[in-house]
Amino acid sequence: MSDKEARDKRILRLSRRKALKGLAAGIGALALPAKDSPASVWEAFFQKNFRELGKEDLQKVLARLEKEYSAQFGKAVKVKATPPVEGVLFGYALDLSRCIGCRRCVYGCVRENNQSRDPQIHWIRVLQLNKEKGVYLEEAEHYYNPAKVPEPGRFYMPVQCHQCKNPPCTKVCPVQATWTEKDGIVVVDYNWCIGCRYCMAACPYGARHFNWKKAGLPAADLNTDTHYLGNRPRPVGVVEKCTFCIQRVREPSGRYTACVEVCPVGARKFGNLLDPDSEIRYIIENKRVFIFKEDLNTQPKFYYFYAT
Amino acid sequence: MRNLRCSCLFLLAGIALHFLPATPALAGLRAEESKPRKEEAASLQFPVPPPPFTPGIFPCSECHKEIKPNTARRVLKDEHTGIVLNHAQGQRWCLDCHDTANRDKLRLVSGEKISFSESYRLCGQCHGDKFRDWKVGVHGQRSGEWNGKKSYLLCAHCHNPHDPRFKPLSPMPPPVRPEDVR
Ligand code: HEC
Ligand code: HEC
Ligand code: HEC
Ligand code: HEC
Repeated sequence: MSDKEARDKRILRLSRRKALKGLAAGIGALALPAKDSPASVWEAFFQKNFRELGKEDLQKVLARLEKEYSAQFGKAVKVKATPPVEGVLFGYALDLSRCIGCRRCVYGCVRENNQSRDPQIHWIRVLQLNKEKGVYLEEAEHYYNPAKVPEPGRFYMPVQCHQCKNPPCTKVCPVQATWTEKDGIVVVDYNWCIGCRYCMAACPYGARHFNWKKAGLPAADLNTDTHYLGNRPRPVGVVEKCTFCIQRVREPSGRYTACVEVCPVGARKFGNLLDPDSEIRYIIENKRVFIFKEDLNTQPKFYYFYAT
Repeated sequence: MRNLRCSCLFLLAGIALHFLPATPALAGLRAEESKPRKEEAASLQFPVPPPPFTPGIFPCSECHKEIKPNTARRVLKDEHTGIVLNHAQGQRWCLDCHDTANRDKLRLVSGEKISFSESYRLCGQCHGDKFRDWKVGVHGQRSGEWNGKKSYLLCAHCHNPHDPRFKPLSPMPPPVRPEDVR
């Protein structure tokens, strides 16, 4: 049995639900919702881990969330739970010889994935670096703001979740609220996350972000096409991150991610690592590819490359 | 071969997702993919949005059917005064790319006339490496579906053919500094 299988087995035994039931019986109702809370609060509180939900339970959960969000934002919100497709392993490549650091991707991602506008959460961060020194992080500038980019002598390196094959973040989660899906996307169950932020400390790419406050997300800006494990509105006190636009890419007509489509220089590439005809495979086989912090053995499925 | 593979993938996806009703979009895609590629026009193989013309300038023949072509290399004074070649201009003049007789077409070295929605073939004559990368989606930009229909941007959407160096852009605002977060 692999490490991962062993871990998956363990979660099933170590169900938080059981622990909570024990807690409720043992030390009374202190930590539980008030007696007169609406039924949905109780349902949410006793919801199983996403991976343990049966088909029917899942439908109920999705329906509950759709109702909740639709009421909250005053418009119809779709919450999908489209599963991974057999034979698909998602990968991403970013052309460092093209990127000009314009940050269109950062804001394209915010719009598509319903990040909080205020307080600000960005899943993508663009580093400005010196051409002479290469990827020398001590000198990385996050806040550059000249009239025009690129600036001479500089290059730009956007960083977001690397969807590692060997992710340090999921290993440290004490409640298994974050894991790798079969198509390689590392996801978070916001209803299960307890907000301890161990995963943020473990991630070497700074790719995980915490909801310190209620998300500032105007109803007019809400993208109503959401996925349970992706861009649905997040509660306070949970961690979130890039999911390769899970709400787009898992569909039968799987759209490219928002950042791929918004990039004005065409530096961002996405596809199926198991399809030898995909652009991502072409890049890995034909271009100079560079893995960020390769020595940490995180084995990202996010590659940097130089097309020229 | 690729089409076959694609169909297989879709079939697989279809089986895996058998509990979803087969959408008409998917069925349509399958029917189309089984058509032999040879019959597809280049424009179907590389679908592109309309060329980025200045509004009102196309069709060029609106004016040019009245104008006698002038093959002399010169500074244009009456029209197109904004066009200054900065693209290997020493070896080249307008009519190396634009067809002399039919201004609504571009002209390849072979003499073949092509439409502006295929201008990548013109560029590809001299920039073979970039053209190769472009076709597989590595240079330039594809949008649409990673597992289905894609649309390409023309070289001309990003590079002005007359002055092709990519023009700098204004960056979007930097992130809020942690000390400024309230
Ligand atoms: C390298 C080949 C090339 C050369 C040389 C060239 N053109 Fe073009 N030109 C193009 C292409 C390709 C387009 C189509 C751009 C597009 O898709 O919008 C174009 C577009 C144009 C347009 C329409 C521009 C607009 O505003 O929409 C005009 C007018 C034009 N060319 C005139 C000229 C003139 C005059 C010259 C010589 C001074 C010239 N071209 C030289 C390739 C060339
Ligand atoms: C408003 C009328 C008008 C339109 C529309 C127009 N042209 Fe012209 N074009 C002219 C005139 C007038 C000249 C001659 C300018 C000069 O000699 O100073 C000219 C010259 C040219 C020349 C230089 C060679 C020659 O025959 O004199 C090229 C190449 C050219 N046009 C291409 C185009 C293309 C390509 C388009 C469409 C994308 C286009 N033009 C649309 C009026 C027009
Ligand atoms: C007849 C050959 C030829 C054709 C056709 C041609 N180019 Fe070029 N191109 C060149 C040469 C030679 C250079 C390098 C000299 C220069 O930069 O002026 C160049 C340079 C470039 C550059 C780099 C410019 C820079 O300063 O970084 C770009 C981008 C470019 N071409 C795009 C295009 C596009 C887009 C087309 C099609 C509309 C095209 N080329 C058609 C010959 C060609
Ligand atoms: C999505 C926008 C986009 C499209 C579409 C695009 N390019 Fe480029 N191209 C770029 C950018 C960005 C650069 C880098 C420019 C720079 O570094 O100044 C570039 C660079 C180039 C260069 C300069 C050589 C180099 O390596 O820097 C050539 C030549 C070129 N492109 C040709 C083409 C041709 C030919 C096509 C169409 C087949 C095309 N491009 C389509 C964005 C694009």
